Amino acid sequence: PNIQQGRQRCIYGEVSPTEAGGGSDSPAPKPAASPPSVPRPKDDFQEELVIRPLHSGDIYTSFQFRTLWETDFTRENKVSHYRLFPKSLGQVISKFSVRELHISFTQGYWRTMQWGQPYLPSPPGAELWVWFQDSLTDVDGTWKELTNVLSGIFCASLNFIDSTNTVQPSASFKPLGIGNVTDHQIVCTENLTPWKKLLPCGSKAGLAVLLKSEKLFHSSFHSQAVHIRPVCKDDQCKTTSWELRQTLNVVFDLHNSGQGKNEWSLFKMFSRTLTEACPVASSSKIYIDITDNSQGEQFELSPATPLLSQAVVLGDRRTFSVYDLTQQITFGTMRSLNLLIRGKSSDMLRPLLHAERYVAGYGLQTGEIHTLMYNNHPYRSFPVLLLDSVPWYLRLYIHTLTVTSKGKDNKPSYIHYQPSKDRVRPHLLEMLVQLPPNSVTEVTLQFERALLKWTEYTPDPNHGFYVGSSVISSLVPSIVAMDTNNSRERPLFSSFFPSKEESSYFVRVYTEPLLVNLPTPDFSMPYNVICLTCTVVAVGYGSLYNLLTRSFQIEEPSPGLAKRIANIIRKMRGVPPL
Amino acid sequence: MAAPLTLLLLVAVTVRAALFRSSLSELISERVEVVSPLTAWKRVIEGLALLDLGVSPYSGDVFHETPLTIYLFHFLVDYAEVTFMLADVITAVALYMAVKDYNKQVFRKQKFALEADRYPLDCLELIRSPKEMYYIPLKVAMFYLLNPFTILSCVAKSTCGLNNAIIALFILSTIKGNVLLSAIFLSLATYQSIYPLTLCAPALLYLMQRQYIPVNFRRASFWWFIVQYAFMYLGSLFVIICLSFFLLGSWDYLPSVYGFILSVPDLTPNIGLFWYFFAEMFEHFRLFFLCVFQINVFFYTIPLSIKLKEHPVFLIFMQLAVISIFKSYPTVGDISLYMAFLPVWSHLHRFLRNIFLVSCVLLACSALFPVLWHLWIYAGSANSNFYYAITLLFNVAQILLVSDYFYAFLRREHHLTYGLYLKRKDGSEATLVLK
Repeated sequence: PNIQQGRQRCIYGEVSPTEAGGGSDSPAPKPAASPPSVPRPKDDFQEELVIRPLHSGDIYTSFQFRTLWETDFTRENKVSHYRLFPKSLGQVISKFSVRELHISFTQGYWRTMQWGQPYLPSPPGAELWVWFQDSLTDVDGTWKELTNVLSGIFCASLNFIDSTNTVQPSASFKPLGIGNVTDHQIVCTENLTPWKKLLPCGSKAGLAVLLKSEKLFHSSFHSQAVHIRPVCKDDQCKTTSWELRQTLNVVFDLHNSGQGKNEWSLFKMFSRTLTEACPVASSSKIYIDITDNSQGEQFELSPATPLLSQAVVLGDRRTFSVYDLTQQITFGTMRSLNLLIRGKSSDMLRPLLHAERYVAGYGLQTGEIHTLMYNNHPYRSFPVLLLDSVPWYLRLYIHTLTVTSKGKDNKPSYIHYQPSKDRVRPHLLEMLVQLPPNSVTEVTLQFERALLKWTEYTPDPNHGFYVGSSVISSLVPSIVAMDTNNSRERPLFSSFFPSKEESSYFVRVYTEPLLVNLPTPDFSMPYNVICLTCTVVAVGYGSLYNLLTRSFQIEEPSPGLAKRIANIIRKMRGVPPL
Repeated sequence: MAAPLTLLLLVAVTVRAALFRSSLSELISERVEVVSPLTAWKRVIEGLALLDLGVSPYSGDVFHETPLTIYLFHFLVDYAEVTFMLADVITAVALYMAVKDYNKQVFRKQKFALEADRYPLDCLELIRSPKEMYYIPLKVAMFYLLNPFTILSCVAKSTCGLNNAIIALFILSTIKGNVLLSAIFLSLATYQSIYPLTLCAPALLYLMQRQYIPVNFRRASFWWFIVQYAFMYLGSLFVIICLSFFLLGSWDYLPSVYGFILSVPDLTPNIGLFWYFFAEMFEHFRLFFLCVFQINVFFYTIPLSIKLKEHPVFLIFMQLAVISIFKSYPTVGDISLYMAFLPVWSHLHRFLRNIFLVSCVLLACSALFPVLWHLWIYAGSANSNFYYAITLLFNVAQILLVSDYFYAFLRREHHLTYGLYLKRKDGSEATLVLK
């Protein structure tokens, strides 16, 4: 039994993956200063912070730290000199033949309807996606070793990831290859410290000084992630370099952290101010989303900044005020920057794709999983790919699958279902569903709850078992057509999912994790049960044994005690008995 | 006798059809006492749906029926209700004809024994008359068709009804003396669930008795007959298994069906003893107790055959009872099959000792099963121990019933040999005990 898990709340989830590293928009890596004798591979580090006030009064901050390194981990002579790229991750990549790796730890659930779309979606809990190189043969063994090594690097109990909660989806996560995903974790302060250690400046300079755990974990939503992937240096993709992105998304609550006042500052959010940029960073910027504040009537920023930037993010053209930390003038006379945002932002656009999931039914025998997908576009319909991974102890019945939109049956055009094997692998269901415009599509599936062996329950069995989020991926038509000018100077947060089509963007939505109760045996009873059942079997054995081995005889009454003693004495005397 | 039988069949079919049309059928198909992971109709539909999706039904752990069953229901899924009603009718008619033939033979043997003066004079009241034996076949059919357990099993569309039909056809062909058909039906029954293998022994004993082959280890004719029967049985079993392989193109069904029956991975509650025992088992001893429990089913065959070698039909009854009580996933459908035989032994009622207790306990447990299930699963005010206790009690009652009938049978045989009114040495009335 997992004793550690019992202490904290278990949350399930998955990580946001990426598409194959194509069409990168990164600026050309700056050559790092190096002694003339040894030619070193070029590496580059950029850091940025995006702050977006939400219309509910909360504030959304997103940190991104990116290291680009032109090197080849798969070469024969091992890489030995690490400058900006963390050595632990470099060794992981070369030892386990990793092509792409995405790991995220999230606490809280992203409320799409109130907060809009996140820049990088992540499911509650922890999730790990890995693509291995084609040359790898023993995927299962490597997977196990990799999860153990990553547990060590991130101080997280990822070693509970095993075959019973790992799936290999066929379509949802590109590129096709051997991708493994997993579930469930608890996120706590011990995970933040090793994550911060991977940054080149650590938590001593640059934007990372703001990352203090007391304030960060006192928030509605907190997600930290590491994404490693190869990216193309130029359009022809002749050479690839490795990109490491570390992201941290936090949503601060108006009433919890903000004490009810519509006034946010760096000091209020992080209890720190900024004094300098990271010295090895080629770019260090803060972006404030002021799109809803065109005339300055909704909220005001101080200190003011003349720099402005525009970008198309998630299908919408947004305007940002920019603070460049590499310029000394940003810090003013006090040599410290404490941004102040006073006021509320206006109503945001309704997100186009939104999903919910819940369990219906009563009792501990059966139940039904309902997934609702909302398409809020007024006139366009688009297909979505739904990926569901349900643990084996909820036995799904695929013949009860129904998909209805607007009350009518909506048959999915592609279904890939892999049934579970008890105690070996979970169910995997992938479906391609066309969502009609301005509608709600409901997917229902019945299941039966299994009775497990008493050792397979968690220490708190009546809390229930978690079912990971389902993932809904789609190319959503955008409100504003994308800028065809493929300019290089684009902020990091707009470039994670480059899309090929001009009028749509890639969206991934995670639903809530579910909590289902299973029937439990009585845990105090193993000895009693064994005794009682064996007694019943013995009753059967005993009666049949008697009837089989004995025969009927006439019972002669035995004489009284006095007579018996007299008979014994007589026998000793040699006299016939009474 | 055809008219009362037809009337009985009509009544049975009407009751089942009425229940099929009512809202109770949904409720009954979900009851764990009536369906098990091996026999549930929902799982058959799931297997067919998986086949339609292009996935092998045995790749998951939901479907545990044999390939011939999928093949059968691939064509008959729209006529499922008619199929199960027909299976019940076939079982009842087969048992009717079998018991009729058996009664004729019993009466003939009795006549020969009377003419040879083998019975003591005072046990003439134990001799059976044709008048009392006239209605027994009809009673057997009635006990099977109108038993609430059978009706529930049919309405739930549990494939146990099909298994019962095959076993009934096996009994009919054995009693009629047809060696080939008996071997074929027995191999079909073994193919569906492994346990009917133990019915080999009574079949062999009966057929040898019918062909006047003495049951003696030193005789060549005894071994020759066994070899013949074994050849027919194993041959048809081999043919059926290879046919299943060619139907789906893989051997996946062997671990899914037989591995499942023998290793009991699914711990869904049922009326048997296995589920809670293995839910609470220490991992270290799991394999040991699994072997013990499975051997327990097959273990009584040889001793019972030795004791009952003159009475193979009673041996069939005992074997069916032992299988139904100790198998890994029992349901009420299995119980109804051996209970159908009780009218055949109605002449033993004067020697039964516990019949009142047993019938009270069986009735009470049948009523308490759904109540305690509801309290555990839906109301949440009881826990699994309550349901488990009723399971224990139900099985103890069944064991008492079976051993009581065995006792009465042996006692009657004793009286037929030594006389009914026995006296002690001093002339007073004697009591018989087992020593």
